[in-house]
Amino acid sequence: MEGIKRMKSIETKKDYQEYVDKVTPNSQTAFNILKAFMVGGTICLIGQFILDFWTSRGLSEDDASAATSISLIFIGIFLTAINVYSSIGKFAGAGSIVPITGFANSIASPAIEFKSEGLVLGVGAKLFQIAGPVLVYRN
Amino acid sequence: MAEKKLGKQTVKLSNPVSISSTYSIVGPKEGEGPLAKYFDMILEDEAWGEKTWEKTEAKIVKECVAGCLGNEKVANADIDYLFSGDLLNQCISSSFGIRERDIPYYGLFGACSTFVEAMSLGAMLIDGGMADNVIASTSSHFCSAEKQFRFPLELGTQRPPSSQWTVTGSGTALLSSGGEGPFITHVTTGKIVDMGIKDANNMGAAMAPAAVDTLYTHFKDTGRAPSDYDLILTGDLGVIGKKITNELMQSRGIDMKNNYNDCGCLIFDGDKQDTHAGGSGCGCCATTFCGYIYNQLKHKKFKRVLFCATGALMSPTTAQQNESILGIAHAVSIEV
Repeated sequence: MEGIKRMKSIETKKDYQEYVDKVTPNSQTAFNILKAFMVGGTICLIGQFILDFWTSRGLSEDDASAATSISLIFIGIFLTAINVYSSIGKFAGAGSIVPITGFANSIASPAIEFKSEGLVLGVGAKLFQIAGPVLVYRN
Repeated sequence: MAEKKLGKQTVKLSNPVSISSTYSIVGPKEGEGPLAKYFDMILEDEAWGEKTWEKTEAKIVKECVAGCLGNEKVANADIDYLFSGDLLNQCISSSFGIRERDIPYYGLFGACSTFVEAMSLGAMLIDGGMADNVIASTSSHFCSAEKQFRFPLELGTQRPPSSQWTVTGSGTALLSSGGEGPFITHVTTGKIVDMGIKDANNMGAAMAPAAVDTLYTHFKDTGRAPSDYDLILTGDLGVIGKKITNELMQSRGIDMKNNYNDCGCLIFDGDKQDTHAGGSGCGCCATTFCGYIYNQLKHKKFKRVLFCATGALMSPTTAQQNESILGIAHAVSIEV
């Protein structure tokens, strides 16, 4: 039996870990990277359209960039609030985590989750539960 | 002298304890799964009218205990002890769920093995002549478990293929000294088994060695073989843990391929419901047992079942401190 052959040598924790690694299915990395690339790229494309829009309305380059960030953050939080961003994230993985919309999602989702513990020790204390490490170590 | 003791870890009850009644409540996702028709109540939404997930889970426990007593028409005053536990810190779902019950209460934590832990203790109390009626109950809730152990629900992340889906639901069983059965005949108490697995997204692999240890010990202590059972059922090992358990048992010379299954594999349809490696949580084996298995025992489709619930003893703190996940498994033998 294939199973028995794999098992015979398991005596230590290390053997068991190696065996577990063999029987545990891996994520479909190539497919996930492709999905992340497509969705991440689409978010950036939308950002570009928004930037062009603000520029066409007469904002300077700096102001248009700031307005674009604000717009994308609003979209990210809005999609989080209506329970859509988690589905995008499930499909896209890093593709929707890395752009600024993902950062907005990482702030809005704990705010929703920990509202039940109050505005100070709930929302206030847990707001940066996910985003905190990014802010601390971003440089 | 412990005259009821068989071997090292098993107790043979002199007077088998009847499981007189069960009740199960599950969430909407479980209600779309393959076992839907066996559950007593299926919730329409995850919140059930409550403002917090913790309140919802406590309400599920409360109503599940009420349902179990209502089923059998047993008065509160007739219940000697209530054993209950869950996954939330300090077992709050259990204590808040039964706070108005007025029944002597023991809160338990055995992670997802708690249901069989509660049944074991209840059965031994009854057989020891210390009680006539004992309630065993556990619960888990997908949303409250995600909040405590993982990430906020709305965070857009991917789950690895080995991750499991916490069952929303509660199962309650009433154990009695008299009654028509099915009966608990043997109790095998598990030991902590640590095989060094640290991946909280692979609980099946972390708990499987504990299940193997308890099942192997049960067969050794009782002199029984897998073929003596219609079904050997583990708690929430999921697809990966089930495969590992099968192979580890085989390597010890015990073949359970034909009659072994796992509640985590039964409760969801993995292909359609996107639950990855299967169900988990205290509610997983409790609802599967109180719904499906109890029904099959009552209709004599199964005549003898070895029910072995598995638990992962850990907390988010130990995981962050890079400790391994400790496995535990308790088993009871049930026959009609």
